[in-house]
Amino acid sequence: MTDTSNSGPVLAADGRPLKASLNRALRRQKLRAMLLIAPLLIFIMITFVVPIGQMLFRSVENQIVSDVLPRTTQMLVEWDASSGDAPDNTVFAALTKDLMVAVEKKQHTRLGSRLNYETTGVSSLFRKSGRKVDDMGEGYTDQFVALDPTWADPVFWADLMEAPSAADALPQTTDAYNAFASTIISEDEKDPRAEQPWHTVYLSLHQDLTADPAADVSGLPAEVAAAQAVAGGFASEDLAASYIKIDKDWGTVETWQTIQTYSPKFTNGYFLNAVDMQKSPDGAEWRPEDQQIYLTLFVRTMIMSMTITISCILLGYPVAWLLANLPMRQANLLMILVLLPFWTSLLVRTSAWKVLLQQQGVINDIVVWLGLVADDNRLALINNATGTIIAMTHILLPFMILPLYSVMKTIPPAYLRAAKSLGATNWTAFWRVYFPQSVPGIGAGSILVFILSIGYYITPEIVGGTKGVFISNRIAYHISSSLNWGLAAALGAILLAVVLLLYWAYDRIVGIDNVKLGG
Amino acid sequence: MVNSTFPVANVGTSCFSPCIERGLSHQSQGELGLTNTKSETAFVEFERVQKSYDGEKLVVKDLNLAMPKGEFLTMLGPSGSGKTTCLMMLAGFETATHGEIRLDGVSINHIPPHKRGIGMVFQNYALFPHMTVAENLSFPLEVRKMGKSVREEKVMRALGMVQMQDFAGRRPTQLSGGQQQRIALARALVFEPELVLMDEPLGALDKQLRETLQFEITHLAHELGITVVYVTHDQTEALTMSDRVAVFDDGRIQQLAPPDELYESPKNSFVAQFIGENNTLDGVVQEIKGNTCIVKLDSGDIIDAIPVNVSAVGERTKVSIRPERVEFDKSRLQDGAHTLKAEVLEFIYMGDIFRTRLRVAGIDDFVIKSRNAPDQTRLIPGQQIEIGWLAEDCRALDA
Repeated sequence: MTDTSNSGPVLAADGRPLKASLNRALRRQKLRAMLLIAPLLIFIMITFVVPIGQMLFRSVENQIVSDVLPRTTQMLVEWDASSGDAPDNTVFAALTKDLMVAVEKKQHTRLGSRLNYETTGVSSLFRKSGRKVDDMGEGYTDQFVALDPTWADPVFWADLMEAPSAADALPQTTDAYNAFASTIISEDEKDPRAEQPWHTVYLSLHQDLTADPAADVSGLPAEVAAAQAVAGGFASEDLAASYIKIDKDWGTVETWQTIQTYSPKFTNGYFLNAVDMQKSPDGAEWRPEDQQIYLTLFVRTMIMSMTITISCILLGYPVAWLLANLPMRQANLLMILVLLPFWTSLLVRTSAWKVLLQQQGVINDIVVWLGLVADDNRLALINNATGTIIAMTHILLPFMILPLYSVMKTIPPAYLRAAKSLGATNWTAFWRVYFPQSVPGIGAGSILVFILSIGYYITPEIVGGTKGVFISNRIAYHISSSLNWGLAAALGAILLAVVLLLYWAYDRIVGIDNVKLGG
Repeated sequence: MVNSTFPVANVGTSCFSPCIERGLSHQSQGELGLTNTKSETAFVEFERVQKSYDGEKLVVKDLNLAMPKGEFLTMLGPSGSGKTTCLMMLAGFETATHGEIRLDGVSINHIPPHKRGIGMVFQNYALFPHMTVAENLSFPLEVRKMGKSVREEKVMRALGMVQMQDFAGRRPTQLSGGQQQRIALARALVFEPELVLMDEPLGALDKQLRETLQFEITHLAHELGITVVYVTHDQTEALTMSDRVAVFDDGRIQQLAPPDELYESPKNSFVAQFIGENNTLDGVVQEIKGNTCIVKLDSGDIIDAIPVNVSAVGERTKVSIRPERVEFDKSRLQDGAHTLKAEVLEFIYMGDIFRTRLRVAGIDDFVIKSRNAPDQTRLIPGQQIEIGWLAEDCRALDA
């Protein structure tokens, strides 16, 4: 009595809050339940959720540009593409330093293929430049060594760079030397004290010394001060011209624009690409009409999946009704016929359709024999959308029939009798009484068939030709042939989003509680 | 029709089975006061109806039945006795293999169910789960193309009849069993059919609710003047509700009579066993004197009875006596009545009555019931008593 009249939490017999007591009592049970699902959960997490999440992450991930070209991308921030000119020599100097490391680490070709997705030709541009990049800045090396041969001594360099004030007085040089040293150690497994630094180090030294001719180099060896005095008079090398000599694309705004646009660590570029758009200096814009392909494919996938779903309903409903209403023996036989396709390989079934549907195939032969079409005017039933719809309707039909059947099985025949006894004709009784009760089965079957067909790959690939392929075929192409995994991931993510959106809409309209797979 | 596969001669060459003849004759004597049972006045009529599902076995064998308008008739019988099949044939969901079913003088054998205009209440109500109560009731009116205002008025009136006006907007699943039952009844009545069929409508309800609804249904039926065919396997229900009861067994009507007659004057041992509690003693007819006879039981004892299905001395018979008609107080018996020795085996106190189990003439399950009155004797197990009865309460039936 006092327990219930109190406004505070209800207490158990030992004085603890009842909720806590209950939780404690249920903990063992919960733990056991967790242990039971743990193996599957771990399996799913490791083999499914994590890889898929990682894959989807690729649709926005774009670190490769800023990782491989850290200095260049930084310099490009200030470059204005609308000026119409390629960047100046400082950017090319940064590019040289980045490329030098990238070539040693063999990263420049990967970067090339990445940027090639956006602008054709970048791949070969990087490959060609990679071969010649070690010569860039050679002029500066020669001039420094001519001034004092000590500059060619690796040990002198190593000591110079270890000096405490080096990083302040010669920032770019230090940066370039560190890149040189760490790359030499990691990639070539050589000692930097035994190797003359790359030309890029001399190039950086020249940049440092000319950038501020009055910089304080007092803490460094006398050679530095001597070089500082004359560096301004060194013949400067036109890096831009050398690069343009390798490939004239280096002189175009487009190339640099591509690098600039894709320098951030994350990009929406793949997603824009997946909906037939592209990045431009003015933001997103439509691709030229002749390059638009994905939206058409998405729309086609949707429309064809819906067509397949509707044909499955039309063909499956009567069969499911028969299954649910026939006597046991006949129903079992019919059920075996329905399940038979499940026991046959998908590939075999699809190939069979290829035999049946082709122009010289069985169906065309029969239609011609019957005189319905002329021999020289045979129906095109395969390698187009028709072929995909026919084959996939056949393949997915059991997924419609089974949920329909299990729902219809639970509708007592008394309802139809009641409706008829109340004066309804057979049709009215079916339409007003039986059909509404079978809608949950249609819903379940439709969701199954639609979601399965939206991601179907094998059948459209074999019987679809060019007009009957789905978005999944394009995704597969990007995964296995073009290796543009980012775009494949973006297309996949959009497909997933569309499915979830449809599922949500379905829940709002029909109500997911109305979906029954059985019982 | 299908009957060509099994000759009619096999199942019933004699036009009417004896029990049906008796049933009809009883109807003419019954309290309804109907003297004319010819088909012209019968509202529902089965004539020589047979039904087989598999072509090998008859589920309904030569059924003849005539019902006047406004009658409440119950088909009672154990499961598999053919009573539901009869109802389904009348509703049109099963076709008769042979014979004719007439409604108001018109043969309905070939009329589809939806054109028969017969209201029906199903065993599990069969309320459409995707419609509200009001929509369920409105359905038969909609298919009859009635206007909206007429429909609404009729629906409310039908709901009023079963006191369910407040539930119009509910779904059937939100109602209790008894409420669903009422709605099912209202739906069967809303389009004002003259004939309503009910297939064990109260089977799923608890005892108390069942009794309330039994009363309500009979009341409503009489008030509206509708003809009702009611199927049940519950004999109490049959006895309390009906004008007449048709007891089914083995595809035939064993007896068709008003409830009191059925209980007090069963025509054969099946009906005697099936309706109410009953003591049965086996024996041989020893002597027949007018409307009484003497039966010698297998134990050698002699008892008085009235001959019902026995006609000759030496015939074997089952003697049937109701527990409440057995007397153990000698002063209440007629002079010269035969008595039997009995040993009390068990005494059960049941509140309003005492139920005593005896060993009589070699059987252990002879039961007597006595009213719990202040002067009533409470028998003690082990006690030796003598029992007897009035000869007219003891019926010598077929063996």
